[in-house]
Amino acid sequence: MPDTHNASAYNYAYLDEQTKRMIRRAILKAVAVPGYQVPFGGREMPLPYGWGTGGIQVTAAIIGRDDTLKVIDQGADDTTNAVSIRRFFARVADVDTTTRTEEATIIQTRHRVPETPLEEGQIIVFQVPIPEPLRMLEPRETETRTLHALSEYGVMQVSLYESIARHGRISKAYNYPVLVNGRYMMSPSPIPKFDNPKLDRNPALQLYGAGREKRIYAVPPYTPVKSLDFDDHPFEIEKWEQCCAFCGSKSSFLDEMIVDDDGQRLFVCSDTDYCQERQEEQRQAANQEAAK
Amino acid sequence: MSGPLLSARNVTKRFGSRVACRGVSFDLWPGEVLGVVGESGSGKTTLLNCLAGRMTPDDGSVTYETASAGVVDVHRLSEARRRLLARTEWGFVNQDAREGLRMGVSAGANIGERLMAIGARHYGNIRQTASDWLERVEIEADRLDDRPATYSGGMRQRLQIARNLVSEPRLVFMDEPTGGLDVSVQARLLDLLRGLVDRFHLSAVLVTHDLGVARLLTHRLMVMQGGEVVEEGLTDQVLDDPQHAYTQMLVASILPV
Amino acid sequence: MYVAVKGGETAIAHSLELLADRRRGDRDVPELSLQQIDEQLALAVDRVMTEGSCYDRELAALAIKQARGDLVEAIFLLRAYRTTLPRFGDTMPIDTSRMIAERRISSTFKDVPGGQVLGPTFDYTHRLLDFALMANGGDHPAAPTAPVDASRDLPRVGDILEREGMLEVPPAGDSNESQDITRTPLTFPAARPVRLQNLARGDEGFLLALAYSTQRGYGNNHPFVGEIRFGAVPVSFVPEELGFEIEIAEIDVTECDMVNQFAGSHDKPPQFTRGYGLAFGHAERKAMSMALVDRALRVDELGERASSPAQDEEFVLMHSDSVEASGFVQHLKLPHYVDFQSELVVVRTLRAEVEARLQQAAE
Repeated sequence: MPDTHNASAYNYAYLDEQTKRMIRRAILKAVAVPGYQVPFGGREMPLPYGWGTGGIQVTAAIIGRDDTLKVIDQGADDTTNAVSIRRFFARVADVDTTTRTEEATIIQTRHRVPETPLEEGQIIVFQVPIPEPLRMLEPRETETRTLHALSEYGVMQVSLYESIARHGRISKAYNYPVLVNGRYMMSPSPIPKFDNPKLDRNPALQLYGAGREKRIYAVPPYTPVKSLDFDDHPFEIEKWEQCCAFCGSKSSFLDEMIVDDDGQRLFVCSDTDYCQERQEEQRQAANQEAAK
Repeated sequence: MSGPLLSARNVTKRFGSRVACRGVSFDLWPGEVLGVVGESGSGKTTLLNCLAGRMTPDDGSVTYETASAGVVDVHRLSEARRRLLARTEWGFVNQDAREGLRMGVSAGANIGERLMAIGARHYGNIRQTASDWLERVEIEADRLDDRPATYSGGMRQRLQIARNLVSEPRLVFMDEPTGGLDVSVQARLLDLLRGLVDRFHLSAVLVTHDLGVARLLTHRLMVMQGGEVVEEGLTDQVLDDPQHAYTQMLVASILPV
Repeated sequence: MYVAVKGGETAIAHSLELLADRRRGDRDVPELSLQQIDEQLALAVDRVMTEGSCYDRELAALAIKQARGDLVEAIFLLRAYRTTLPRFGDTMPIDTSRMIAERRISSTFKDVPGGQVLGPTFDYTHRLLDFALMANGGDHPAAPTAPVDASRDLPRVGDILEREGMLEVPPAGDSNESQDITRTPLTFPAARPVRLQNLARGDEGFLLALAYSTQRGYGNNHPFVGEIRFGAVPVSFVPEELGFEIEIAEIDVTECDMVNQFAGSHDKPPQFTRGYGLAFGHAERKAMSMALVDRALRVDELGERASSPAQDEEFVLMHSDSVEASGFVQHLKLPHYVDFQSELVVVRTLRAEVEARLQQAAE
């Protein structure tokens, strides 16, 4: 029996080459048809379904020794799940890891897009729980596949209408549906709608992996991604009155933290790398000022 | 437009060894309402489903003259085109309104769906159009945001009609539209239907077992028995002077009110 | 002053140490050995092998030990290990008529050729806690068994009924329909071989509940146990290099043939219909549940109307996998605070709008 504690008993990046090839073929199909969900033969991974196995399989299929990997969850590098996945790849792929967005060639993320704009050549891999944007409106897979094939997306527009009729506004806050390249409706994964605009014509390659549901989809660089709305109820993103308590940013997604028993709140950038870099810049600027 | 709106030639449908309908042929002209009457088991609902593309006949053909693309064979169309046709140029009113409505969303959303499906993207306009249609089918305007689950049977049926007519279809298929409703509710619905057919120059194929409904709404009538058409002609003629024994029996069994 | 949360790595490392410590428990208590688990918790091992889709008693025992007795967790471990194993081919289908049966019963006939062999089962026990087992080292004489004639096949009750035309011939499998669902994704509609694969790996509790529901009227198919048999069967394989069949293993399986409500039409004479269940090791509850659900899912094929959850193919097959289900349910423990933040923003905005409206109305 192979020594399961010895990483060399496993193939590079854990998956066998056959499986990686199968996943890459699925990725190529996905890139060729932006936003279309490609079924793939997902494998059991050492992390549970629902914890990023799709993202992990996509990353495992594309990663190489020259890559630099960043893993975030809720925008932070040090949440337990991000730590766990980063350790996994460090072990089985012998690859450099980083917390700096600019330094990463592959960014695997759960529920956020980094604040720092991505560049050509970077790949962002999204962890997706439910790849089908119509799933909550139509539980049957056979029916949703037909709706996508026939471009029949009326049911989603109806649900947005209903939201306005009931609440006076579109109340969908995250996993906000988008139309990719004017053709396929896609779930951008449970990122807050705040991050949807970042997907539009992004210079980086976007890959989406759903391990449990066994679907891969993709948005190639510079592809139009439009959030659904009505002409008289246009898509809008969240805003805060507060700014980040650490770096002062007024334009990033803020986490709200309860800091004492009285319910005192502190607002801090969700993207820890972005926040730290801003703080560093401010410190350096302050030092330079002091030196004068 | 030169030819008939809808043509059936020798439409035949079997289920195993049982023939549900056999050799049905007719032409439907613009502005006509054709009734199909018979008892349950006569094959009329199967015929309607074949005409509307919901079932594929084993023999025969159904052709339809589209608004802008000439005459098409309904069963040779791609599924995409057939579904588009069903959402735009056609309407289908089910006997049970629940099958023709989204019970979980508001009346406004139900009526607006066809518009949104073909690209309408102005909430205010969609809502206004839905509201206008609610009025046309005599439902109070303040029910626009209520769900059909809160509607009475008659209201649901009227909502289903509005949901179909919002796309201004040229041809409406109706399967016992007044079935299962109270007599007084039926009467009101029939009046409404008659008014809408007149006002919007609708053409329709109406299936019913109720000769009174046929008398009120249809111009021509086909009588079906055991899957075959046994008599056809102008509605008044068929009902006042039935030739076939079966028709005579049907007419005779209407209880005088 | 508030300090941003850091130290996730260290926290995880400590959590793992704690887990290992708890797994071992009181150091004065002897450590469990894999043999003990395999021998004395054999039915747990059987379940883990079945749902882990991997016949290896030692690995299953290891998984159970590592999972501290949580069988769904153990199944996950075994599945994850299975992913890494190389494939060198498919075996021939096992032939259960060649089984050396330790247990074989039929409810449809009082007696059958080969007899009703009771074997080791809880069925005839009284469920009274046996306090004698509280102390180890009790008196355990070996149970006598009748000599087995391994040369004789054990004819299946189903085959006998089939010869008379009373039971439908098992629907012929189309080789194109067969696929390995651990390699290719499930699509609908699913062919019966694919459904059976899914059910064989499916969570026993889920299948049990569905099976139970059919008996209570949610899609009843009037089942009878045609046969249950448990015992060892040979596994054969045709290696490319040899070109002929060789026996590579012997495994224990439990097989259940359900005989169900008869289908028939005006032209076709009525016949009883089948449901089939198979599990590794001794697992009658699983095999029986699987057979009932298999039959329930054959509604389309048999021209019946689907009206209940057990007859809904997508519902059953998409939710039967305990590893998928457990993962997704438990993933709710992962941080979701960003999405929650988004919801907070929306709810606050809506509340503000409603309050403003009420205020205005009041003025």
